[in-house]
Amino acid sequence: MTDATFTGESPKRHGSLTASDARTKRRNASEKRFRIYGLAAIGAGLFFLVVLLSAIISNGIGAFQQTFIQVPVYLDPATLDKNGNRDPADLAKVSTFGYTPLIQTGLYQLVRDAGIETDYEDAGDMKALISASAAAKVRDWTLAHPDRIGDTVEFEILASSRVDGYLKGRVTRESIAEDRNIDAGHLDLTDALRESGALHKSFNAEFIFGSDASESRAEQAGLGVSMLGSFFMMLVVLFLALPIGVAASIYLEEFASQNKFTDFIEVNISNLAAVPSIVFGILGLAAFIQFAHLPQSAPIVGGLVLTLMTLPTIIISTRASLKAVPPSIRDAALGVGASKMQAVFHHVLPLAMPGILTGTIIGLAQALGETAPLLLIGMVGYIATNYPDGLVSGFMSPNSAMPAQIYEWAKRADPAYYERAWGGIIILLVFLLIMNVIAIVLRRKFERRW
Amino acid sequence: MPVVWLILIVLVLAVLGFIAGRMRVTTAGGARPHSLPNYYGWNVAMKVMVPAFLALVIWLLVQPFVVDGKVTGMIDEAAIPEGSTLGLVMSDVRRVADGLDLAVSRGLMTADSASSIRTESTDVRDLLANAGVALGSNVSPQVLEAAQAYRGMNHTGNLWMTVVVLALALGGLAWAVRETTLEFRARNAVEGGVRILLLAAASIAILTTIGIVLSLIGNTVRFFDLYSVSKFFGSFTWSPSFGGGSELGIWPLLWGTFYISIIALIVAVPIGLFAAVYLSEYASPRMRAWAKPLLEVLAGIPTIVYGLFALLTVGPLLLTVFGRDGLGWMQAGTAVMTAGVVMGIMLIPFVSSLSDDIINAVPQSLRDGSYGLGATHSETIKQVILPAALPGIVGAILLAASRAIGETMIVVMGAGAAARLSLNPFDAMTTVTAKIVSQLTGDADFASPEALVAFALGMTLFVMTLGLNIFALYIVRKYREQYD
Repeated sequence: MTDATFTGESPKRHGSLTASDARTKRRNASEKRFRIYGLAAIGAGLFFLVVLLSAIISNGIGAFQQTFIQVPVYLDPATLDKNGNRDPADLAKVSTFGYTPLIQTGLYQLVRDAGIETDYEDAGDMKALISASAAAKVRDWTLAHPDRIGDTVEFEILASSRVDGYLKGRVTRESIAEDRNIDAGHLDLTDALRESGALHKSFNAEFIFGSDASESRAEQAGLGVSMLGSFFMMLVVLFLALPIGVAASIYLEEFASQNKFTDFIEVNISNLAAVPSIVFGILGLAAFIQFAHLPQSAPIVGGLVLTLMTLPTIIISTRASLKAVPPSIRDAALGVGASKMQAVFHHVLPLAMPGILTGTIIGLAQALGETAPLLLIGMVGYIATNYPDGLVSGFMSPNSAMPAQIYEWAKRADPAYYERAWGGIIILLVFLLIMNVIAIVLRRKFERRW
Repeated sequence: MPVVWLILIVLVLAVLGFIAGRMRVTTAGGARPHSLPNYYGWNVAMKVMVPAFLALVIWLLVQPFVVDGKVTGMIDEAAIPEGSTLGLVMSDVRRVADGLDLAVSRGLMTADSASSIRTESTDVRDLLANAGVALGSNVSPQVLEAAQAYRGMNHTGNLWMTVVVLALALGGLAWAVRETTLEFRARNAVEGGVRILLLAAASIAILTTIGIVLSLIGNTVRFFDLYSVSKFFGSFTWSPSFGGGSELGIWPLLWGTFYISIIALIVAVPIGLFAAVYLSEYASPRMRAWAKPLLEVLAGIPTIVYGLFALLTVGPLLLTVFGRDGLGWMQAGTAVMTAGVVMGIMLIPFVSSLSDDIINAVPQSLRDGSYGLGATHSETIKQVILPAALPGIVGAILLAASRAIGETMIVVMGAGAAARLSLNPFDAMTTVTAKIVSQLTGDADFASPEALVAFALGMTLFVMTLGLNIFALYIVRKYREQYD
């Protein structure tokens, strides 16, 4: 050992210890700057979150309101029931083309009665105000109430998406200059009708529960059918991923001996957790659709793909909760004569259950928002217009899913669909929020610290 | 018999078996049975269900192949029309067979006539149109015959399947009930069975990986049969045209992927890292308790939301600043910058929570040593903690990079569709993932190189992300061991 010798000049301190010198000041300033960088980073993260959420809410809230027009429609027996016998088969022969003029006349009459001055001479000129879906609605109602033919019935009819956009500020007089679907006169008419009270905005339940519509009928499109598609997929995921995930975790955590095979399984699981979701879509396309000939666009295929995708997540969180159960529980069970299997299934598993459920719900939430693999198995581009008519068709017949439907809307050319896409995101996020809150409550309520 | 009914029957048999097995030991009297009564019941139920369901699954998977193979053999090469392929004829056969099934179930024809009609006597196309199956062309006699054979074989196959499955279930029931005696070690039998089931569940992870690799390799090989490897990796143009003569060079896509990922990391790494340092070193427990979960909300938001945010909010915003009215660098809202920035926002919590864990794992003694020498808090972080945590942080960044490379929705919606090699970050470019989506969601025939290229792209993506992940996990694990 050698004594350290100090040969250099020792730095001299000038002045008092309580007064900080230039170097200390610099170091303290750098300290302060560093803290500010850290705070700024967190602030930036939170700022992005706020911007994202406010963009979603401000753009999407409009989708929950829709413009309706109250139109008294005279259900003319001359066109609807030529034979005059109210025979349902005869009534059904009149297509929506038969109803359209009645609605237009009704609107024309409404404008006349309200004393609104307009340049439009003909009832057909006002068709830009009403949605193309109106005729189908009136027809359905009439077929259900054949005895009302001949009466004048007041219908709450969807306004066209341009009119709706005008009320919401999306469509302006400048923006429609080139628009062939509507012109300024229609907007004048809209203003007048609004003052007379026939035209109003109200809550749009159809958006939440309704079905998708064709490209030109943005005002009619809803998320309901694709919500059911998502629901059936989540059922598949829940009933496959939870048991398989729990079984796999129990094996790996409680029974597996330390050997090459177990190592191989573990490496596989940790790698699958990081494989891009689109690769699972390719797997689904090749294995389930090309190879096993399962129906394209069906929720069952989507569910299977999402199951494979969420399994690693569920296995990882389940293993963590199994690991958190102290060994003394197992030892006590074994000590009173339980078999290894009994110790695990009767004692360890119930104690780990809250953690397992929390992990499963979070895995489900992740699966619910996943879009990319669904695009490859054909759950996009399909117009989800029909409700599945039973359990089997719910799983097997083509459908869309919430995120795929949102993507589909975002791709469409009509800006009215953008509002729907944002609105769809609000619904999706509400579901995710509910699932996460349930997970947090479960954890808070049942979590045990050992 | 529909499969659902078969499953229900087997389940009912299992329940009956459970009761029978349990009763046999509880009513036997005399000596005590080896196991608890329920184990005898479970033993019977297990032996009813497992062989029957296994046979059912295997049969359902194998039968289509056998039938397809046989029917394909019936169609001779000469009968395939000009410009068509065997695969197309086979899909016609399947459609006709489905149509006949539908026609029978709707009562448009009897089961007998469905298997005996001939194209000479009946207009099959018209008949199927009535049943709701539209066919593109008239049905040739050979296709109809093949379809009838297809139906026939499927019918016999299903019949045998029912017989075999029920026989296995009943056989299992009989065997298990017979072996149920007081001395029988039912618990050991059941636990052995459960153990095998658990192992099977764990092996699904391996099966998934094998499935991914097989489905990628199989189709990639088919692609390289149609398109040369050297052109795929050697060409700098990407211009698929479904009429043929496409140029499918991967480099523009790799460049787009790389460029967008770099921008995303430039956004995410500094913010994420500083946030992690602040949260783990400076923040009070109270601030940590609300700031950390709030940041992690960003990670829980689905990527479709970020995609829409890029397309409708960030894109137009950047366009007003850098577009024609501003600096004039940007042509449209979808660009590398748009996708990169939004992806960066998505990755912030990913980087920050991983780095947070790693910084927390640095032993307190290192900090105390540094403070003892008179270093300030930030000097300790910069000169002691970060160097000590560096390998782990690099691992975290690599994991984030692998996330960025594999991200799909943000680039599909935010980056544009043009494949180009450009240095301008305000140009629209496209990525490997975006092209996988666009090549596989079109109306392309699955056998064309334009669709199959997606599998080669998927393979590239899989290899890249797998390599990054394995390397990153290796670094992170190595680093953890260092301080354990």
